Amino acid sequence: MADTAATATPETTGVADDGIRRRDFLDIAAVSAAGIGGLAVIYPLISQMAPSKDVLAASSTEVDVSAIQPGQAIKAIFRKQPLFVRRLTPAEIQAANAVSTGSLRDPQTLAERTKEGHEDMLVTMGVCTHLGCVPLGAAEGEVKGEFGGYFCPCHGSHYDTAGRIRKGPAPTNLEVPEYEFTSDTVIQVG
Amino acid sequence: MSFPWAKEYTPTNGVMKFLDEKLPLPRLVYNAVGAGYPVPRNLSYFWNFGVLAGFFLVLQIVTGVVLAMHYAANAQVAFATTEHIMRDVNWGWLMRYAHANGASFFFIVVYLHIFRGLFFSSYKAPREMIWLLGVVIFLLMMATAFMGYVLPWGQMSFWGAKVITGLFGAIPVIGEPIQIWLLGGFAPDNAALNRFFSLHFLLPFVIAGVVILHIWALHIPGSSNPTGVEVKSESDTLPFHPYYTAKDGFGLGVALILFFAMVFFLPNALGHPDNYIEANPLSTPAHIVPEWYFWPFYAILRAFTVDFLFIPAKLMGVIAMFGSILIWFFLPWLDKSPVRSGHYRPLFRKFFYVLLICMAVLFYCGGAPAEEPFVMMSQIATAYYFLHFLVILPIVSQIEKPQPLPYSITEAVLGSDEKAVLGENAKAAA
Amino acid sequence: MTKLLSIRLVAILVGLGFTVVALYSFVVGAYAAITEEAPGHLPYEEPRDIAYSFDGPFGKWDVQQLQRGFKVYNEVCSACHSLKYVAFRDLEQIGYDEGQVKAFAASKQVPGIDPNTGEATTRPGLPTDYFPSPYPNNVAAAAANNNAIPPDLSLMTKARHDGTNYVASLLAGYAEPSAELLEEHPEAAPGPGLHHNPYFPNLNLAMAPPLAMTGQVTYDDGTEATVQQMSEDVAAFLTWTAEPTLVKRKQTGWPVLIFLLFATVLAYLSKNQIWAAAKRKNG
Repeated sequence: MADTAATATPETTGVADDGIRRRDFLDIAAVSAAGIGGLAVIYPLISQMAPSKDVLAASSTEVDVSAIQPGQAIKAIFRKQPLFVRRLTPAEIQAANAVSTGSLRDPQTLAERTKEGHEDMLVTMGVCTHLGCVPLGAAEGEVKGEFGGYFCPCHGSHYDTAGRIRKGPAPTNLEVPEYEFTSDTVIQVG
Repeated sequence: MSFPWAKEYTPTNGVMKFLDEKLPLPRLVYNAVGAGYPVPRNLSYFWNFGVLAGFFLVLQIVTGVVLAMHYAANAQVAFATTEHIMRDVNWGWLMRYAHANGASFFFIVVYLHIFRGLFFSSYKAPREMIWLLGVVIFLLMMATAFMGYVLPWGQMSFWGAKVITGLFGAIPVIGEPIQIWLLGGFAPDNAALNRFFSLHFLLPFVIAGVVILHIWALHIPGSSNPTGVEVKSESDTLPFHPYYTAKDGFGLGVALILFFAMVFFLPNALGHPDNYIEANPLSTPAHIVPEWYFWPFYAILRAFTVDFLFIPAKLMGVIAMFGSILIWFFLPWLDKSPVRSGHYRPLFRKFFYVLLICMAVLFYCGGAPAEEPFVMMSQIATAYYFLHFLVILPIVSQIEKPQPLPYSITEAVLGSDEKAVLGENAKAAA
Repeated sequence: MTKLLSIRLVAILVGLGFTVVALYSFVVGAYAAITEEAPGHLPYEEPRDIAYSFDGPFGKWDVQQLQRGFKVYNEVCSACHSLKYVAFRDLEQIGYDEGQVKAFAASKQVPGIDPNTGEATTRPGLPTDYFPSPYPNNVAAAAANNNAIPPDLSLMTKARHDGTNYVASLLAGYAEPSAELLEEHPEAAPGPGLHHNPYFPNLNLAMAPPLAMTGQVTYDDGTEATVQQMSEDVAAFLTWTAEPTLVKRKQTGWPVLIFLLFATVLAYLSKNQIWAAAKRKNG
């Protein structure tokens, strides 16, 4: 409706040329200004649905990893999702390094998935890359799957000791979030 | 509907033609607020407020839906989520201040719209239905605004809810059960807060529905105008678009400047500091006052301080408060003057100005503490309020001699109308 | 026609009824007003008008002042008053860096759960935590303060009329009641455990003067910490806690208003053009 405001009515088309031009210019300018105003309003309306300040502030988590024994894993919460932190045994590291990356669906070495000097500390999201279920294997006594890492019971994805996908429908390895060691015993995720 | 010279919608391309055949929505818009709606050419800026009210309704719905995404209607956290909106949600402060001040501006433009209607007797035949629907909209607005004010769960929210539901307690015998039923408890708490939130979300859409009926009813006789003389010929009208879209656009700009000046620089000026204190059932604020737009009616409620015969003062106040709006439903049949516009009704005009003064007094006293001299002032103003609508209006419309009307709108605007016939004037004025 | 006439007759009768009842209330009230003396209000003072950097449409925070006020809150007020809607992370908005906020948060104990036993305990705060309350609940707060619960201060300056000035005036305004006041209003004498303050609506409050002497707080920026200075600074800090978005709001307002002014002028000119055509056509 508003965009037709510039259309001259038949009665007014007979006005001198410069008159028409000025009139058209004004109408177009006024309607454009209204349009710009309308567009500007959309910005806060969209922005308000993005994460609020308190959610963003909680998007970084510190985890104390000192108490994890080799072969054990803990579940922490990072951005309201499970985070697996696992201290690998020498045997598990060996098993992971024995696999040739060429044979993998998502080729990555264990070293690429851990931090230098902390190759025994595997930090991954506990979210199956297939459809987002939580894989088993982090807690004591849970099924670890055919490759001794994690197993997702929803659709049978098997992850190895480096959290790499080896069998099943998941397309990629378990995600390694951005993290760093703030000391020898504490990691900051996010 | 409408006048025979109303322009007909002609689709300009294939898509619009297809749409016009299958779902003639563009035609509806064209005939409702486009070039297909002929409007009296002499409308003053007092005729801007209907469109502005529509704008503020939309603004309230948009900001309200946004706020509902972040608010939680639970007495434990309602106040905290309101603060969460103010502090952490992106642009949350803007949404909340726009919603709070938007309610005030909605009422400002609606009050101006109503008093425009009262001065120009827009409620008279053939426009009775428009007026009746308008009063329904106003009542729904009041209910919606009241329930919305409860949601932040501040001190005024809580005590406002308690006092207003307490009004029902004045009804003999069934009053108290009704009050408990309304609250879902013995005092405002979770149950009341939740149902108020639910209804506060629902009612604006009901208002929008009644607004559509209001506009539909308007398009049957067409708009009234400052002379009150009905449209006689094509020269009396202009197409709504572009003439009144342009004028309303300008009016909207002015309204938005005032509105955003409040939102950005005085956002709490119309609110009450006590509502920034979380609801506390054990401590009553020193002065419980509703939002400013309820003040005249709150003043009427409090004006009845003494039992009269067998009627307790509290009951009388409640009856008077509801009655003061309900009598508006009868206006089309109380004012039988053949002349609509107050411009041509010298006696009516004088009383109308007294009514405006009384409304100002009621506004002021409703916000003041319940002490003298405010109570006495509101008692006098209340007496005049009822006297005006129920006694003066019927009598004045009977005895008044109106001033001569212009023959037509064209004559009123241009000073002459080639179709003017001597003698018809006198007939219209008689 | 007779039916309509009867509607109007009924209306006139009803209208006279309401009028008579309202006027009856008026007469009774007026008689009472003449014969009885209305109870007077205690004469409390309006807050003093203090100039702040964030006043007015172009106002901005004075970060130094907010930090001084924060120090006053932290060292004095926080002993009794909570600040529950403010998180430690919010302090970054008043000029502290991430490390300072983290260190400050860690210096405060917030409620937590013992990871081994599940029992309620406390742990050092994180930046995402909110300022802890000095009391575990209202009952404890009342018990420790002679039954007067110290209110939360997050929104104090918005929860009082002219709040910023009120807080500053009240804090620096403790004084002994004057002899004239006590003569005129004997009930204004402070009761046991109460303290006279001319800015408090009923003149006596339970809070003992919290800011009593110069130098009670040592400011990092070398400002002399007079009672007046500390009161103004903490009032400024509490204005920020009540509405951290205050300055952003005002700064957003200007471009919006300037744009609207521009658009409205355009709309006005455009409207005049359109209407000029209508007047030419028929004039």
